[in-house]
Amino acid sequence: MATQTPVPAAVDQTTETAPRRLVFEVLQDWISTTDHKKIGMLYIGYSLIFLVIAGFEAMLMRIQLAFPNNHAVSPQAFNRLFTMHGTTMVFFVGMPILFGFGNYLVPLMIGARDMAFPRLNAFSFWISAFGGLLLYFSYIGGDGMYGAGSAPDVGWWAYAPLTAHAFSPGHSTDYWTLAVFLSGIGSVGTALNIVTTIISMRCPGMKMNRMPLLVWLYLSMSLLTFVAVGPLTAAQIMLMLDRYLGSHFFDAQAGGSAVLWMHFFWIFGHPEVYVLVMPAFGFASEIIPVFSRKAIFGYTAMVAASIGICFVSLSVWAHHMFTVGLGPAGNAFFTLSTMAIGVPTGIKIFNWLATIWGGKVHFTTAMLFAVAFLFQFMLAGLTGIMLSVAPLDWQLGGSYFVVAHFHFVLVGAILFMLFAAFYYWYPKMTGRLLSEKIGKWHFWIFLIGFHLCFDLMHIPGMLGMPRRIYTYEADRGWFLLNFLVSTGAGIQTIGTLIFVFNMVWSYFKGEVAGPDPWDAWTLEWATASPPPAYNFATTPSVASRRPLWDLKHPEDTDGQYE
Amino acid sequence: MPIHPVSSGLAFAVTSDFLQSPTTTFAPAGTPAHSVVGLSWLVYGITGGIFLVVGGLLVYALFRFRHRPSSPNADQEPAQVYGSNQIELSWTVIPVLITVMLFLATARVIFSTEHAGKPPEALDVTVIGHQFWWEYRYPQLGIVTANELHVPVSDPKHPTPTYLTMSSADTDHSFWIPRLAGKMDLIPNKVNTMWIDPEVAGLYLGQCAQYCGTQHAKMLLRVYADTPEQFAAWVAHQQQTASQSPDAVEGKAVFEHNACISCHTVAGTVANGRFGPDLTHLASRDTFASGAVPLTRENLRTFVDDPSHFKPGVLMPPMHLNQHDLDLVTSYLVTLK
Repeated sequence: MATQTPVPAAVDQTTETAPRRLVFEVLQDWISTTDHKKIGMLYIGYSLIFLVIAGFEAMLMRIQLAFPNNHAVSPQAFNRLFTMHGTTMVFFVGMPILFGFGNYLVPLMIGARDMAFPRLNAFSFWISAFGGLLLYFSYIGGDGMYGAGSAPDVGWWAYAPLTAHAFSPGHSTDYWTLAVFLSGIGSVGTALNIVTTIISMRCPGMKMNRMPLLVWLYLSMSLLTFVAVGPLTAAQIMLMLDRYLGSHFFDAQAGGSAVLWMHFFWIFGHPEVYVLVMPAFGFASEIIPVFSRKAIFGYTAMVAASIGICFVSLSVWAHHMFTVGLGPAGNAFFTLSTMAIGVPTGIKIFNWLATIWGGKVHFTTAMLFAVAFLFQFMLAGLTGIMLSVAPLDWQLGGSYFVVAHFHFVLVGAILFMLFAAFYYWYPKMTGRLLSEKIGKWHFWIFLIGFHLCFDLMHIPGMLGMPRRIYTYEADRGWFLLNFLVSTGAGIQTIGTLIFVFNMVWSYFKGEVAGPDPWDAWTLEWATASPPPAYNFATTPSVASRRPLWDLKHPEDTDGQYE
Repeated sequence: MPIHPVSSGLAFAVTSDFLQSPTTTFAPAGTPAHSVVGLSWLVYGITGGIFLVVGGLLVYALFRFRHRPSSPNADQEPAQVYGSNQIELSWTVIPVLITVMLFLATARVIFSTEHAGKPPEALDVTVIGHQFWWEYRYPQLGIVTANELHVPVSDPKHPTPTYLTMSSADTDHSFWIPRLAGKMDLIPNKVNTMWIDPEVAGLYLGQCAQYCGTQHAKMLLRVYADTPEQFAAWVAHQQQTASQSPDAVEGKAVFEHNACISCHTVAGTVANGRFGPDLTHLASRDTFASGAVPLTRENLRTFVDDPSHFKPGVLMPPMHLNQHDLDLVTSYLVTLK
């Protein structure tokens, strides 16, 4: 790294000398807090717990599928596992952990002291958290009056009419509905907060076109959340009406439409993918430039591509429905719109590549994860192009090929970029660096496990293996591949445990970070690590996209190139 | 003989080759599957090319522009480049052109498959999905059967395709025989159509591809493509009512005095239920329980005694017959050739 330049004025170096507090005082502080940093960390911690739970569920499924006609779990238990795994990962890991980072980083990066609506922020977190607890309470209370408990088993997209009372008696589906409904309220609350904060609380000099790309991506993601969550919430209410008040929106036996549910779900479900992946784009757009030691290439194009993805992603949902019988015109339209989203996404990848080009790449653990992200996200995009071709989707849709494809997005892109974000911002949040040595072990083991698991997983799909089957016939040629996929899942579990160990170990023993360990350029590095409750001692004022670059290089400031 | 899953699995790994999978999408045996594979090579080629070019550039850049601590100017920041409108334009326009090309190739296959003209020789079959089995009705031939679909092989010179009209009696299902065609969903209160034209006689396997409930995994599909002679013989046999074997009179009585007849049909008898599979020619099939169990006397007896033994979650309840009646009913069922 280049020489460290102290950043005057903005850094408050006063150490806090408050006396040790009682456990209950600490607890009360965290429960009643409205500080965006604490809420951010609550989001992150809560999501990490659910990540471990949902990962455990995935491991149980992989053990069951490692051998044909295996009996590790019952069919009923397996169906609950994939429903809970999917629902948890999307609504109680993906959304909250990304909102957590957004909560923590957005005000710091725009030089604000908190979010626009601190109490709404706390409300949004706690209502989402309650949703997650409700979902898991279904294991105890799901069958309601029927006695024994059970979790929902309708799949994470809960297609009608499987969710009708006739096919899903008891209350397990209701727990699913309410949990997703509450998560949606929390998401809209936080999205509203992020948009308002970005629009109205930027520090002096930070025009819209000077915001860090991460902030732009959180703005796009939050706007998309508004549009996407509405139909989902409406659909959950309609489902409740069907189940309890005798309406027939989705009840096909009484003239309702199963396809209607699919439209409602996927007009949420596909934008949701971009809601989840755009923060990962944001992390990449901060981390790749810093460790390439170059400004992001094509800032304006990156912003335009983000907004473009927002709009196009609202017109692609029925590519999840190519086998539903939309007719050739519908299939052709959604093929085209889905392929079109590859263009702005491609622009992003090319710009990251151009940022690396001509730089000086430092392979820190954060950068390693970001580099793996680039390759894996590109592969995920290319299998996405394959699936956008409706005739290929007729063969590969609903098979393990799709499962592999979207895990490349969710794990290969989003989770890898989240790991990168942890290695990059953990020192800001805790004041100590995560161990690079343990981090490299974490990276390489997880990378090997990931590719063993999800590269090979494409092939059973091409050999005719549908998803969501609790077992398979021995004569289909799927065994060896599934066995290796399960082995890869086990290796990823080991990698994750190393990460958890690193988080705990480094919290106590990690190297002290200082305000700016990476010699970075955005405002969060201009304050202490961890930042004080008020973030900045004096409100910063900026004159370019990289305020700390300007301070470190007064002879060659960024602003002159805008 | 019960085989331990671990040992049977490992033995299978040694003896089998996943390239021989009976459900592979890479060995098409029908027009719709052929056109998908043809298109897929174009798509794999283009996406593979993009991966090699962009991935190669990325590997080169990461290697070429790595930080070298030993170099004399290691501490200097590299030249800051902020962007280039010409470059942005080129990597916008080129992907747009690729997209247009790929879309046109795709649209051709979509319309040629979904708008294919139906020849007068085509056979019609109505497919109804149930939790967790398949009902097949041949309206032109007056045949109702279950789980094993028989269709004539289709000579490309004189095509005799089979048109499937599909719906569901309960939840969503999906009909997927990878070697014959892509999948099509069976959705209640909605009618979908697809067609298949197997070009080689033989058995084609597949299974339900839309999660439909507890036993989704064992809702298997079997399509028998028969030669014209085989198919004519099969039709003639299926059009008869059930055989009335004098050896099975007692078993028939047990069958008809229990709830079996509320759900199952045996043509020519009082049994006319519609909820479960038609049993008129049950014993002429190779398998039962939607392809999950080979049809033997012993397996049938086990299934009637405890249907969830083979298929946990199956909707057929155990009938709690005593051992004597179980034997009689099984004897009756195996006479339903």
